[in-house]
Amino acid sequence: MEDLEMDDEETLCAETWLKPSSGNSIPQPNQPSFTNFTLPKDQPACEDPSLLDFGVRIGTSFSKYSLAPDHHGQSLQSNNSNRNQGNVNQQINEALQVGKAQDWDPPAMLNNLSFLEQKIHQLQGMVHIIGVRRGQILQQSDEIAMQQQQMITADLTSIIVQLISTAGSLLPLVKHNFAGPTDGATGQHNRQMSEILCNPGLGLNATNTGESHGRGGPNIPNQSNQAGPTGDTAHSHPLDERELKEEDDADEGENLPPGSYEILQLEKEEILAPHTHFCTICGKGFKRDANLRMHMRGHGDEYKTPEALAKPNKGNGSEAMLLKRYSCPFVGCKRNKDHKKFQPLKTILCVKNHYKRTHCDKSYICSRCNTKKFSVIADLKTHEKHCGKDKWLCSCGTTFSRKDKLFGHIALFQGHTPAIPLDESKGAEGLFEQGQATSGEKTKVAQSINFSFHTGSHNGSGVKNIMDVKGSIDDPCSYFSPINMNSFNEFSGAAFDDPDGGFSFFIPDSCNYDQKNDLDVVLQASEQ
Amino acid sequence: MKKRKIADCGQEQGLELHQNFFNTLSEEIVFTILDFLGDNPLDKKSFSLVCKCFYSIEAVHRRAIRPLRTEHLPKILSRYPNAERLDLTLCPRVTDASLVAISSSPCGSSLRSIDLSRSRFFSAGGLSRLASECVNLTEIDLSNATDLRDPGAAALAGARNLERLWLGRCKLITDMGIGCIAVGCQRLKLLNLKWCLGIGDLGVGLVAVKCSELRTLDVSYLQISNKCLPSILKLPYLEDLVLEGCFGIDDDSLSTLKHGCKSLKALDISSCQNISHIGLFYIISRHEGLQHLTLAHGPPVTAPLAASLRKLTMLQSIKLDGCSVTCSALKVMGSYCVSLGELSLSKCSGITDEAFSFLVTRQKQLKRLDITCCRKITDVSLAHITSSCTGLTSLKMESCRQVSKEAFVLIGQRCNFLEELDLTDNEVDDEGLKSIGRCSRLIVLKLGICLNITSEGLSHISRSCSKLVELDLYRSSGISESGIVAIAHGCPSLEMINTSYCYGITDNALMSLSKCTKLHTLECRACPLITSLGLGVITIGCKQLAKLDIKKCNKIDDAGMIPLAHFSENLRQINLSYTSVTDAGLLALASISCLQSMTILHLKGLTLSGLTAALLACGGLAKVKLHATFRSCLPETLLEHLEARGCVFHWRNKPFQAELDPKCWTMLGDTLQ
Repeated sequence: MEDLEMDDEETLCAETWLKPSSGNSIPQPNQPSFTNFTLPKDQPACEDPSLLDFGVRIGTSFSKYSLAPDHHGQSLQSNNSNRNQGNVNQQINEALQVGKAQDWDPPAMLNNLSFLEQKIHQLQGMVHIIGVRRGQILQQSDEIAMQQQQMITADLTSIIVQLISTAGSLLPLVKHNFAGPTDGATGQHNRQMSEILCNPGLGLNATNTGESHGRGGPNIPNQSNQAGPTGDTAHSHPLDERELKEEDDADEGENLPPGSYEILQLEKEEILAPHTHFCTICGKGFKRDANLRMHMRGHGDEYKTPEALAKPNKGNGSEAMLLKRYSCPFVGCKRNKDHKKFQPLKTILCVKNHYKRTHCDKSYICSRCNTKKFSVIADLKTHEKHCGKDKWLCSCGTTFSRKDKLFGHIALFQGHTPAIPLDESKGAEGLFEQGQATSGEKTKVAQSINFSFHTGSHNGSGVKNIMDVKGSIDDPCSYFSPINMNSFNEFSGAAFDDPDGGFSFFIPDSCNYDQKNDLDVVLQASEQ
Repeated sequence: MKKRKIADCGQEQGLELHQNFFNTLSEEIVFTILDFLGDNPLDKKSFSLVCKCFYSIEAVHRRAIRPLRTEHLPKILSRYPNAERLDLTLCPRVTDASLVAISSSPCGSSLRSIDLSRSRFFSAGGLSRLASECVNLTEIDLSNATDLRDPGAAALAGARNLERLWLGRCKLITDMGIGCIAVGCQRLKLLNLKWCLGIGDLGVGLVAVKCSELRTLDVSYLQISNKCLPSILKLPYLEDLVLEGCFGIDDDSLSTLKHGCKSLKALDISSCQNISHIGLFYIISRHEGLQHLTLAHGPPVTAPLAASLRKLTMLQSIKLDGCSVTCSALKVMGSYCVSLGELSLSKCSGITDEAFSFLVTRQKQLKRLDITCCRKITDVSLAHITSSCTGLTSLKMESCRQVSKEAFVLIGQRCNFLEELDLTDNEVDDEGLKSIGRCSRLIVLKLGICLNITSEGLSHISRSCSKLVELDLYRSSGISESGIVAIAHGCPSLEMINTSYCYGITDNALMSLSKCTKLHTLECRACPLITSLGLGVITIGCKQLAKLDIKKCNKIDDAGMIPLAHFSENLRQINLSYTSVTDAGLLALASISCLQSMTILHLKGLTLSGLTAALLACGGLAKVKLHATFRSCLPETLLEHLEARGCVFHWRNKPFQAELDPKCWTMLGDTLQ
């Protein structure tokens, strides 16, 4: 089977790579290397379960490639895989360049390439520095190492994405070359090739995962394609092999008995890539295969056939009957197939959401509340629909759309307490202040009431409102009948003797009673 | 005491060579002396006025303060640094500033209890300061804080040591607010949420989860259902649970209760419309340790329900007020219930002589019995009560009209331990009173609307019942001056007396009553013979007078108000309607700093300006009842000002009523029968 496939691939490649050389106007000094470097050699490497996916692939290709004259003068002795990667990228670029047919834009391509070259050089420098430092400081913390690795990975990813988009414009040419006898097999080869072109980038983290499961995203839909009209089983072989391996690994499947499904593991970059389906003509990316197919219609009538538009059907072959389950690439995660209690994810979408939610930063912040963060944009949108409606707030910051859920939460956790919404408390305080203000106003107003009995000058300077008003009633006689006053004045002195002093407005001289202690007048206390 | 003080003062002033006697006494001894000055706040005042030394000793000694005005709070609080209990019920206006003053005062940290139940105008901000700075606060009464919202409750949650909290009628507090309190105040032992209509299952449920030390919980009239009941009953120390008027609790919820609360001793499930005898059966059967059970205004008490009470072996009291109780139920209770100490059958329909007699002959240990308005009860029952329950201390039998006057003799003959006796609206006569006179322990005697009694009967009471504290003679029109004189002589500890509509009461009666120095409530409404003179004398004698009702005493005029204003420093509440008091009298009255409530309807001599001046002068007013015509006359700004001070106006629109014929009431009573 392997031989068969190899042959197949080799013929394909030979054709693929030879063709452009014939009609290529640009000098291709590197051309011989392509026969060595190209995909057929990659494929077996990838299949080799005992070796690291990417490293091995690069290693293999590199060793092949190194036989060819080094056009760019890069150091072949570099044992840094990243650097190798750079080389490989370079090579792929060139390969793409070679593969480009008449209708591509050489100056643009050159631009792209030189840009990529620049980037690779930068990366090279960085890796070099890291390498030197690592040599100097042995006691380097894992964290820093991780950061460095992440930095390099990010750079490489961007390079690869650009590379792919550049390569995208070449691929149709390849396809065009086969356009004459359009049979399923060749179409698949094309696809496979495009996958593999993608693979180096997507499989970058293979060294991290330590397992050779770096299958490209496009591989998965491709697998169903493999059971095409040709019935060519050769292509499914690598998957078979992997399946076998994974069956060994995933012997603790929970819901599904082990072996009843196959486990696929996407790489981090693949999961995080914004698009998983790329147009082979213009390179435009799509999130959904259906959208890509719709898009493809614009590239020619051949994409408008019902076959081309049809959803790639599954379940024709016996292998395809197997259920597919997915593993998270994050080591230690329960969704990772190496976890003891591995629980597989059902779909790619699940993988994506799981990975983003669990292992990525929450970079989407709700614009309404500015507190809630999400890593999946759909979650943010769902939240934004309800944001503000979640009025049940806990002191820990968690909001609930239902009051009973909040109370359940509070009952469960010590120290958590219902949080009264700020606007409510503010509103209440505002009311209070308002109340104070209005009552103050009232006091003032009352102070300035000009009562009919008020004859003396108004003593409105003080804050002691009540007393002042009373104090201003200087001459009660002007108001009360003298008959009443005779009996009245006798007692009134003490009666109106107020602690504040401003109270005695009824002839205090006539007072014969004890002066009262100011506090005790107003104080009445009972012993407990 | 006073003499000694005066002597002491004289010595201090006259002979400076000699030192103050009291300097030789240690502070502890003076404190002990002060402890005996508990009853009258004025005594302590006099004590502190003796000398500087006494002043400071009294200031250090005092634990409880009840200020009249919040304006003086800072002074008061700095004078009494050891105050633990602050009662602000006399201050209608307590603002946040007052609460801040309290919390930042020297006694703030020692303060244990604060009562804000009658105060308004404070908010969450003040409560928050109080809660955070008065760290030893264990008791807060916030009843009637109808403006208090969740932020206020959240502020309260800062009082971590709170053990007793009253939130009755705080209608705006919701589950969120009570949730904050539940989480913040986990040491709560008593929580009263009566009428907190905003609180539901979730809030109460959370309280039950978080405040595991709760002993007493009142959730009356809350919209709670079966959801929170299980968690309430899981409280490990709950002893007293009040579920009055919880319409959300029904039979289904009670039937699903798996287990009751083992520590529960008192349960009140009055007025729960949706609980039938089935639900009661479930809840009773799961709480066998109950000591006090209240089922007032509930489903009919039938024999099966009564039989389920037999499981309650610890039961001491049961209240079935307002229920219809069948005869068989009474018999079952008599046969099977453990011996009860208290039984209340007030307004129970269906109680007959036969069944009730059977019950009381079995329940011989009864101490308190309430058969108010059991109209079918006759002499037979009373004979059985008196013969079997000789240890009765309290018997309330208002409006048992079927009991004849001869039967009341039995009460005096057999129940000599009675302390409280309510014979309102009964046929009791002087012979009966003569017999009741043997109950020398009587403290409360209510003889309202007893038309057969005269002064002679009262004189029998006065001879032996020297401990009498409360006497009600409302509309017992046979009472004349001599009866009151006799009571005044025989019952020196009298505190409350009601002689309303006893038309024969004169000034002489009041003069004799002035010897009852502890008198604090005097109601002599519609006693036309009383004049200002009598009132003046009583105000001089009874310094404790706090409540005075002289409505329709037309002879009382300004001359009576002036001594009242001068001597009755403790007067809180007065009803002056239909008297001859005019502006001057009212203004004089306004100088009473304690005065909080005034009812001034149909005062002929009152003018608008006089009323205005009096209202303004009376700073502590919290409630004023006025005729509705004044509402439009008084300046709006004045009303607003007074309301801002904390005064509430009640406008009445009753037309002027000429005094009815004295016999009219009797006739009215006859027609009712």
